[in-house]
Amino acid sequence: MKPAPFDYRRPGTLAEAVAALAGEPNAKVLAGGQSLVPLLSMRLAAPAMLVDINGLPGLDTISVEEGGVRVGALARHAAVLASPDVRRVQPLVSLALANVAHATIRNRGTTVGSLVHADAAAEMPVVLSLLGGSVDVEGPAGRRTIPADELFVGPLESSVHHDEIAVSAFFPALADGAGVAFEEIARRHGDYALVGAAALVDGDEVSVGYLSVSDVPTVVDLSGVPIDEMGEAALERLEPAEDIHATAAYRAQLVRVLTTRVVRSAYDHAEGRA
Amino acid sequence: MTEELHDVRLTVNGSAYEIRVPARRLLSDALRHDLGLTGTHVGCEHGVCGACTILVDGSPTRSCLMFAVSAVDHEITTVEGLANPDGSLGAVQQAFVECHGLQCGFCTPGFLTTITAGLRENPTPTHEEARDMIAGNLCRCTGYQNIVKAVERAAEIGAGG
Repeated sequence: MKPAPFDYRRPGTLAEAVAALAGEPNAKVLAGGQSLVPLLSMRLAAPAMLVDINGLPGLDTISVEEGGVRVGALARHAAVLASPDVRRVQPLVSLALANVAHATIRNRGTTVGSLVHADAAAEMPVVLSLLGGSVDVEGPAGRRTIPADELFVGPLESSVHHDEIAVSAFFPALADGAGVAFEEIARRHGDYALVGAAALVDGDEVSVGYLSVSDVPTVVDLSGVPIDEMGEAALERLEPAEDIHATAAYRAQLVRVLTTRVVRSAYDHAEGRA
Repeated sequence: MTEELHDVRLTVNGSAYEIRVPARRLLSDALRHDLGLTGTHVGCEHGVCGACTILVDGSPTRSCLMFAVSAVDHEITTVEGLANPDGSLGAVQQAFVECHGLQCGFCTPGFLTTITAGLRENPTPTHEEARDMIAGNLCRCTGYQNIVKAVERAAEIGAGG
């Protein structure tokens, strides 16, 4: 349960951090480390180098921009969850963050780190996908914006290149009249969800994002489907898998139950805002 | 291969320490092995059990999920730093004694640090909030009931009771 040896860099500028990554193809970025360090300790990962970005200035910001809210790479989950701006501009981020692990993990883990870790069982990738957000990354060629639908390419696999650092994530604002909700079922409070669902409703438009159901966060458009049939309709687009935590049939049942529940809850939310 | 060593300056319980460690030294191991502060216990070593919880700038953090090299620039508090300046037990420690909040004691340091920070943030927790405060820590002896009582008792002591 001890990590394998690695070279360690703690750059003081973003340019130095990018250069360090560019010089070592088998390097990983260390931000909060709440997912990475267990992988290292269990030796499921053994990178040659860690580039610790915790010393980089200006990356812990949370700012309201036109059309949404931007979260910097060193903003801890706890800070994002506590932000009144985030709650006002896009309440789904706050609703989902309350389900991310335990408070102690949220004190150190970062929201952007959780996104680029690209775990299909995690809450924030689904939220970014459902909202159509994006992640900005800095690499040797400069900065580029990766939309959520191009970010998550496989289990624990994102389209961020090895020499790029995710510097911020952008969550679009909730439109007037729209509503959101988040629901998940876990065996124990704070555990990974067996199934989770996030809903965005705006008039007749309904979309629901699912976590822990497929290999990547999956968003399904359920507009026009009667609410009691939405779960069944969603399952046509999902392939619940069996693992040691739940059978495929149980996951399918959770999709049916959570879909109806989360969509109703999102409509309640929209009504409450009107 | 000779592993590179890093000079790291840690601030723990108000004292500065200089250690020379490989980058992969977990903060939990640095506290125990390099500083001799064995009050911090190591259980699962992957962030689940909560036994190694310490305070980083006042916030509960898993010391097994941080590297010592990454802990520079932070004020660290371990269970050894929770006693009152005169050496008597801190409010949460005293409450654990009074409420029988521990049996084997292995998980206790993580509970004490977590609850200390939790009561700073919320000095008057409801019963439900007291339960939620300790939801990220595992105890295999007590069944948690007396730990919840200890949270509530510590809040009373903190309020002058």
